[in-house]
Amino acid sequence: MTAPAIPTRTPAAQLPPGTGRAAWLFLAPALSLIFIFFFLPVLASLLLSLTDFDIYAIADPSATRFVGLRNYGRLLQTPEFWQALRNTLYFALAGGPLTIALSLGAALLLNAKLTRFKTVFRTIYFIPFVTTLVAVSIVWRYLYHTRYGLLNYGLGYLGVEPIDWLGDPRWAMPAIILLAVWKNFGYNMLIFIAGLQSIPSELYDAAEIDGAGPVRRFFNVTLPLLGPTMLFVGVVTMIGYFQLFAEPYVMTMGGPLRATTSVVLLMYEEGFRWWRMGYAAAIAFVLFLVILIATLIQFRLQRERA
Amino acid sequence: MTAPRRELIVSIVLHTVLVLGAIVALMPMAWMLSASVMPTGEATAYPPRFFPSRVTLEHYEQLFTRLDLGRYLLNSAFLAFTVTATSLVINSMAGYAFAKLRFRGRDRTFRLLSLGLVLPVQVAMLPLFLLMKQLGLVNTYWGVIIPGMASIFGIFLIRQYALSIPDDMLDAARIDGASELTIYWKVVVPGILPILATLAIWTFLATWNDFMWPLIVLSDAAHYTLPVALANLSGEHVQDTELMMAGSVLTVLPVLAVFLFLQRYYIQGIMAGSVKG
Repeated sequence: MTAPAIPTRTPAAQLPPGTGRAAWLFLAPALSLIFIFFFLPVLASLLLSLTDFDIYAIADPSATRFVGLRNYGRLLQTPEFWQALRNTLYFALAGGPLTIALSLGAALLLNAKLTRFKTVFRTIYFIPFVTTLVAVSIVWRYLYHTRYGLLNYGLGYLGVEPIDWLGDPRWAMPAIILLAVWKNFGYNMLIFIAGLQSIPSELYDAAEIDGAGPVRRFFNVTLPLLGPTMLFVGVVTMIGYFQLFAEPYVMTMGGPLRATTSVVLLMYEEGFRWWRMGYAAAIAFVLFLVILIATLIQFRLQRERA
Repeated sequence: MTAPRRELIVSIVLHTVLVLGAIVALMPMAWMLSASVMPTGEATAYPPRFFPSRVTLEHYEQLFTRLDLGRYLLNSAFLAFTVTATSLVINSMAGYAFAKLRFRGRDRTFRLLSLGLVLPVQVAMLPLFLLMKQLGLVNTYWGVIIPGMASIFGIFLIRQYALSIPDDMLDAARIDGASELTIYWKVVVPGILPILATLAIWTFLATWNDFMWPLIVLSDAAHYTLPVALANLSGEHVQDTELMMAGSVLTVLPVLAVFLFLQRYYIQGIMAGSVKG
């Protein structure tokens, strides 16, 4: 969760006898597990995506054929894939900034000098983050009910007509975004509070002496100094949001009209429901590329700001 | 306007917003709890009601008698405890080695490992499933436990914290003739207890709440974890709102309890881990 610090190099002459071997023994369980059950499957995934591995191949792996980039070609011609990619981008690009903005707002309020009961509020705001996603997705499904749901009932008092949250293709994704924002803002809020507390108060005092009001202090002191925190929060939130799966699986099964089918849900369906594993591996790899590009863009933006 | 008066107004506005936020944060949980003890049909009455007309535990009873949720509760608890215990040992050994032991290839290995942080786990899932199938671990608890036993995130968290252990302390133990394993157990582990607590809570919550991998690797109902069982139930019992809410309470309550009792270690660890980076 943290950016790796730059490790210090130690000349080999300083090595106490035996620590090298001891170190590798300490590392062996973790590294072999991570290699066998994570890195190796990731590499295998790339190979798998170049084959036509399907339900017959599960029974008899020798039936698998190498098909080159055909899975990728088919993927790019499939409207379902493009829709899943659009849905995922919608979720990440609308939900991500919304979550981060709310997290920052909550962190600023909790960090204000006048605020009392800080730890109580902090705990309450963090509670949604520790809850079980599947369980709260089910709860929200009922809260979103067109007729019996509390949300529409509450909105009714404000004169809003009942919204078919999960049954209307236009509203289903916003509904899932709302749930995700509620569930996740508490985590980023904690990170922002930690970032805010690390800003020396002399900087604010100096800005105040220079006549900067609260708004200018926020834009000229707080925001620039939060840069590294912002990058961390942005990258972690985005990587998480690109992996959208449980919410649509539980709440909408990807519908209505596939409006909430995410890339991971599509991969799950292709790979583990229809057992088209070669094709599904290609979907997984495209997801990885998208995440990689989005991460690089964020690093680039951060460097330009700095 | 005088300064104290202005401060009072700002304070009132500030706390009003905070209280409203708290209500929004807690409302879904509160309704879940309330609906779980409503008599059948009351959660789908119009106009919707927030409090039950009378409290009944029949839905909880039904979960345990007819729907076997006790079994899934045990499955989830067993898996979460096992993964937490094993991963603490494995990740702390590796994190300590990266932080404090000197060996050839340390920096390169660590950099390689950090690449894994941007790889989404879903990319590994298809071949991982086939590997598990080859090993005969599909539909066993091991299928969930083994991939959870080591985590790059856990190693990072421990390493970051272990960097602050003074080298003199370790060297003193070495001069006294302590073996590397003794040093790890007697010097390092006591020194990193706070971050071990954080990682333990983090791993417990993550394993308990995990959905996609258990859904894939556990196809036989006897091995289901609570979230998988709950998702399955919600398909069949979509009309039984009160029953589903009782099931949700049962799933969320254990993690909520763990968090509320141990939040001091958890929150501080997360905040400390992020600042140093």
